[in-house]
Amino acid sequence: MDPGRKRTIRLVAALAAALLLASALAYTSFTAASKAVTPSQLLEGVTPGRWYQLTGKVLPGYRQAGDELVFWVADRAGGRSVSVRYAGEVPDPFAPGREVIVTVRRSGSGFIGQRDSLITKCPSKFKASGTG
Amino acid sequence: MAAFGRGCLYLALVLAIGGALASAYGGRTGGAQWVAVGRRAVYALAIVLTAAFAVLEAAFVRTDLSYKVVAGHSSATTPLFYRLAAPWSSQEGSLLLWVWLLSIWSSVALLATRRRLAAIAPYATAVLLGFAAFFAGLATFLANPFAVQAPAPAVGAGLEPLLRHPSMMIHPPMLYSGYTLFTIPFAFAIGALLTRRLDAEWIRSTRRFALLAWLCLGVGILLGARWSWTELGWGGYWAWDPVENAALMPWLTGTAFLHSAMIQEKRGMLRVWNVSLVLTTGILAILGTFLVRSGILQSIHAFGGSTLGVPFLAFIGALLTLSLGLVVTRLPDLRSRARLESLLSRESIFLLNNFALLAICFVIFWGTFFPLISEAASGEKASVGPPWFDRYTVPLAILLVLLSGLGPLMAWRRASLANACRNVLGPAIIAALCAAGLVSTSGQKPLALALFTVAIFVAAVVAQEFARGAAARRRAAAVSWPFAVGGLVRRNRRRYGGYLVHLGVAVMLTGVAASSSFQHVRDVRLTPGGTTRVDGYAIQYVRPTSLVQPEKVSLGAVLDVSKNGRHVVTLRPTRSYYPMVDPTLGPVGSYFNGNAETQVGLRAGLTRDIWAAINPDLSSFQPMITAADRRFIHPTPRLLGLLISAIAARYQLAPPPALFRMIVSPLVEWIWVGGLIGGIGAVIAIWPAGALALRRIRVPAALRPPRPVPES
Repeated sequence: MDPGRKRTIRLVAALAAALLLASALAYTSFTAASKAVTPSQLLEGVTPGRWYQLTGKVLPGYRQAGDELVFWVADRAGGRSVSVRYAGEVPDPFAPGREVIVTVRRSGSGFIGQRDSLITKCPSKFKASGTG
Repeated sequence: MAAFGRGCLYLALVLAIGGALASAYGGRTGGAQWVAVGRRAVYALAIVLTAAFAVLEAAFVRTDLSYKVVAGHSSATTPLFYRLAAPWSSQEGSLLLWVWLLSIWSSVALLATRRRLAAIAPYATAVLLGFAAFFAGLATFLANPFAVQAPAPAVGAGLEPLLRHPSMMIHPPMLYSGYTLFTIPFAFAIGALLTRRLDAEWIRSTRRFALLAWLCLGVGILLGARWSWTELGWGGYWAWDPVENAALMPWLTGTAFLHSAMIQEKRGMLRVWNVSLVLTTGILAILGTFLVRSGILQSIHAFGGSTLGVPFLAFIGALLTLSLGLVVTRLPDLRSRARLESLLSRESIFLLNNFALLAICFVIFWGTFFPLISEAASGEKASVGPPWFDRYTVPLAILLVLLSGLGPLMAWRRASLANACRNVLGPAIIAALCAAGLVSTSGQKPLALALFTVAIFVAAVVAQEFARGAAARRRAAAVSWPFAVGGLVRRNRRRYGGYLVHLGVAVMLTGVAASSSFQHVRDVRLTPGGTTRVDGYAIQYVRPTSLVQPEKVSLGAVLDVSKNGRHVVTLRPTRSYYPMVDPTLGPVGSYFNGNAETQVGLRAGLTRDIWAAINPDLSSFQPMITAADRRFIHPTPRLLGLLISAIAARYQLAPPPALFRMIVSPLVEWIWVGGLIGGIGAVIAIWPAGALALRRIRVPAALRPPRPVPES
């Protein structure tokens, strides 16, 4: 085969593979992603069974119930809050007043957390000067 | 001293800007004296920034709380070791560390290339000083580590407990060394593009720095993983967190470059590709630094409340524009006449490896920035989790390991099919036999089995190549096997160092595959005397432990691990509680509801790790803590110590239930053993072949050929 033609075929094959991978990435990322929401957005209505990534502040008064941790997450600026029942690893910095990210779905009147999905943001860590 | 530090920063800024302008001017006009000014500015910058960094370290060592950054990140009770490491726990100190390391590595690079690349070096110097000016500018005007406050607070906040791990001393400086070292090939690539000197000379001269950058970044990443596994209580070593990803991306493109650069050196091909890879790697390194400071993505590693996002974004935008503009305008100069001759050649394997590496990098980039992408596309901020990353990166990693085994077996230009088959056959048979043996244990996890198979293939290839080379040397020089292997490596450090790196990566990914596919995790609530079983091990909570120290109180457990009735190991996981400066918490509550830190109980082994973390359920203690806080609003330190000790004593006498996470993880230590093998390989590849060169010089005079008589 003519070498120029061979090169073109190779290029087309490589580009097609790249395009295929990119489309697969785009499609699966949009279908597998969990939407980031605040407690008040969750309270406005959720799709049953769908997972959401809840971000907010932990309110005082969380408790351990058997293997589960039960806590309330409020909007960052205060206001509305939702209860979360969560089992799994609790990060060290977890405490009232701290900002957390946890993947949840609706369960009865509250929300149930996905195992090991709890992440705590620590405001005292790496604090920039002048930010408190 | 703070004023001196600030003065150093201003001087550094002036040196960087002045030196960059002088270098660029010297490069353009050919003025050697201007070029020399630029070069000396880099050396002076290194000296000035070393002084500035020493001032900051001294402030931390003596806990000078008039420095805002010291008061916010250290305290008199913080141990000296952590006071020394505390500067880079702050935004301000870490910027200073960045620019200081940049100045040191730039000086080393310019010293190493001072007799080469005369046309390119001035522009490279200007680019490096441009980087320095940007970071020195940030540290001077936006995040000054020498900002002071009066009056100084009585006590400092202390170093964040999570950062108290020996790795704190080495993990961040290693990452920053990797990032800053990657700016060196970046700068020389820009110089080569500007001067249109696009042969392989700039690659040859900066290869060691690219390799060193790759090594430092790799060591930094692996140390971070080790830190996570042994210290953080979640029981993993990699979480696809944006900041972890940010370090991995330039490492991947750097790996791609180290391979494709060889093709340019050998065949003069892939010039556009190489220069683009180097520029991408440099920009990704800056992006990694930016991600930690911008607040645009949610990450547990991020610096809180940072204001540096906009300048960083502008800087990255400028770098991208410059890089793209230069590559596009130099495209005619970058064309190469040589072509890929056969798909069965080392070049094509290297190229496939590059595609695989870039595909992994792209997957990680997409996943990391997905919250921004999805917000732009659909208005909803959403993110993808580890399973999404694994879906793509795992098959690509298997392909990559396979290619790292095939590459060394293929000849350059065009390998004959018969020859290629002969080379591949032995390792392939070994891998196939081992895979057949592994089916019974790993058959239910096909991806893990595939990775084990290709890793064995790589190990067999490396062994075969070493054996063949050593056998040839033995035939030629009649030396023993160890001498033959030693001589082989000495004579071709790059090649055999590279093989060791391949072996290291295969071992490391075997550890990743085994530990992620076959580990057993159990979360269980136990009281003393209680027992649970994990992967055939019986783990018993024997008794609680407590320890009160000036800056923390630690509550823990003694765990007895046994198998088939025989004692295996005793583990002592603890959870330490540090006081938190928070007015809503009382003095006692500031400990138990403040900052907590897990110390993992770990029995590390080559076959498996046994890992345990504890989280005591202190809810039954809350009434007691609240009562103590109500009764003693401002206790003396002695009284507070007594109250804390009383609660710790109660914990031992009437222990509440505790939540334990217990993990039995097979081969997890192979990750770091593989890292060590790869690291040794990289050092061998970087090591200059000085001994050999020296031997050539010391030929006795009598044996030297007579010098030709100069013609008059």
